[in-house]
Amino acid sequence: MLRPERARRAPRGRHRWRRRGALALAAVVGASTVAACGVPTVDDQGRAILNWYINPDGQETLTALAEECSTDDYTIQIQLLPTSATDQRTQLARRLAADDATTNLMSLDPVFVPEFANAGWLAPFEGERGEKALEGVLDGAAESVQWNDEVVAAPQWANTQVLWFRKSLAEAAGLDMSQPVTWQEIIEAADAEGGTVGVQANRYEAYVVWINALIQGAGGNILDPDTVEEGRDAKVTLDTDPVREAAKVIEQLTDSDATHDDYTTSNEGTSLGRMWPGEGPGQFMVNWTFVFKNYADAVGQPGGPPDEQALEDLGWARYPRTLPDEPSKPPVGGIVIGVGAFTPDVDQAQEAALCVTSPEAQAQLAVNDGLMPAREGVYDDPELQDAYPSDLLELYSTSIDEGGPRPKSAFYSQISSALQSVWHSPTTVSPERTPEEAQDFVTSILREESLL
Amino acid sequence: MSTTAVQTATADPDDKTPSPQASDRARAENKLGRMLVAPAIVLMLLVTAFPMLRALYLSLFSYSLTAPDEREFVGAANYWTALTDELFWRDTANTVFIMVVTVAVELVIGFAFAMVMHRVIFARGVIRTSILIPYGIITVVSGFAWQFAFSNTNGFVNGWLPFLGDGFNWFAQYESSMIAIMVSEIWKTTPFMSLLLLAGLANVSEDMLEAAKVDGASWWQRLTKVILPNMRAAIMVAVLFRALDAYRIFDNIYVMTAGANGTESISFLTYRQVIEQFQLGIGSALSVLLFLSVLVVAFGIVKLFRVDLAQARQEN
Repeated sequence: MLRPERARRAPRGRHRWRRRGALALAAVVGASTVAACGVPTVDDQGRAILNWYINPDGQETLTALAEECSTDDYTIQIQLLPTSATDQRTQLARRLAADDATTNLMSLDPVFVPEFANAGWLAPFEGERGEKALEGVLDGAAESVQWNDEVVAAPQWANTQVLWFRKSLAEAAGLDMSQPVTWQEIIEAADAEGGTVGVQANRYEAYVVWINALIQGAGGNILDPDTVEEGRDAKVTLDTDPVREAAKVIEQLTDSDATHDDYTTSNEGTSLGRMWPGEGPGQFMVNWTFVFKNYADAVGQPGGPPDEQALEDLGWARYPRTLPDEPSKPPVGGIVIGVGAFTPDVDQAQEAALCVTSPEAQAQLAVNDGLMPAREGVYDDPELQDAYPSDLLELYSTSIDEGGPRPKSAFYSQISSALQSVWHSPTTVSPERTPEEAQDFVTSILREESLL
Repeated sequence: MSTTAVQTATADPDDKTPSPQASDRARAENKLGRMLVAPAIVLMLLVTAFPMLRALYLSLFSYSLTAPDEREFVGAANYWTALTDELFWRDTANTVFIMVVTVAVELVIGFAFAMVMHRVIFARGVIRTSILIPYGIITVVSGFAWQFAFSNTNGFVNGWLPFLGDGFNWFAQYESSMIAIMVSEIWKTTPFMSLLLLAGLANVSEDMLEAAKVDGASWWQRLTKVILPNMRAAIMVAVLFRALDAYRIFDNIYVMTAGANGTESISFLTYRQVIEQFQLGIGSALSVLLFLSVLVVAFGIVKLFRVDLAQARQEN
């Protein structure tokens, strides 16, 4: 400790300098700390920086788009999100929950849109901008970006599931694939011919995609469409006949010999492998649009077609029907671009969002990365017509237009997890028991009476 | 037993009666002491008490991050939901099971390590360092390392165990998943246990051990009658710290199974409600319950060992 008499003798001047030095040091430390916390909002040319959080699909094209859409006023910078959709959602939500002003554009899976919009995290596209975002957009994709009668995001690319199959297998089973087919027909056909039926039945989101498509194909819904936007008060409609029809399909597949060995843990990737198995006639498989390019690039490789001729045997048709007299409702997915509500200049960010979702941008994504357009007109793009068979493009756009969305609820992630926990494993699904159980559990989750 | 005697400074050691000035000075020093620690106490309250109180407050609401307008006061309903839910009790049972097994195994192995470190004559530094290495590794990393070790495609564990087929999947069912999780946990934290026990061993008086030897006590008798009773406080501290640590297990489960096959712990359940589902109300209620359970565990262990913490701190 400083002895008092020593302290008293210290010259005043030195004191003053010492204090000034301390103040200066504190200022420097403080300033550098603040600078370290902040994210730069202006680049070295004085343009505003717009951060665009993208998912890893089609990175190169998106990076090029970001450059093309940058102007003299702002520059779009790419920030990469994690690979899994769940982690993407969590990361964005944590930023936006903290009112982050540097989350400007974000690539969102359409099922997260209601959640984010309801939380007030997405700046609505108003007036003319809203019209521009939806100009010529296929119905299934347009529906996914509307919340409370507002356009809250701009569709960038759309995804849908179709039925992929081996033409020889369908022929051997005597199925006319130019006409709509039902789940029952393809399961019986695969069973009779020693083939398989590929689905996604692991305990994850794509299993709910399958369940939802089966239910909608029977004319039903997970939540009553009239009350779906009412959050916790939405009416659950799972203990109904369409849901029993959906459970019947899953039960029929489980009881058949047409399931894959890894049926209960199958996903989009694993179900690909049985199209050209070592032995057997191949499979019918429901899967997303990436399949065509995937097989075309895998000729001669394990799991792919042995040669170009074998690839000719790959057929495609509209998603199978749940009931013979009810049109199927193909699943709809894709990516939409939302603008963070805490962006300092929303007009700028929305202008950028419209630029990266323009018809030209969508054509680039489709040709380079096989990510299909959300706008109908882009399907006629000559480059795209060269890259894909025209009847396949036609099938994609019809499926997206007439497809069915998953429930547009602000609590969708909980509904999805609750459904997974009741419907998984698919081997335990029964038309008598499962719909009622699902009704009770989803209701109690929505009412906050159970833990997930 | 300890008595915390208030030490009063005396102005003059020769003067046996405390003068009023002296007590004034003592008071002044006390006041200065209080002022000096005040900032630290305020900071501690800010970083510990505030989040706890905030969690307590939030736990009384039905509140989802994605539906801020629907937030409503529900009182103790969240606690009722948690305590009447089978899932909560299943996860609590898992957590307690992991805690009991890992702490018991670590106590035995950790004690053996401590004896080795205490008595070793050659290569002392090398041995101590190598025993401590696992504790220096981040839990997530050790989780991944053991996940690879137990993997049925590129792991070595199946190769080491002749009674298992090479294709055995450790993470496909509850029992083997739990074993894998606990092995990783034990490997990672045994060094911590042995370090605390080593400190206790060092405090056992050599004179007492010599006297026991002279009286003809065998090695086992010396261990059970001299060493262990004299180490009770150190053992209690080691068990207490590790038990509280084990009760909060999260990383290994997150990395190895992500809670599949019913291997969730209470921390993991809380994480899923808050971080994945954005349910701040029920998540906060679970956090409060987790905090209370940790208190109960701590209280139980202190009572079980009947040790005065002040004595454990060598105060007298």
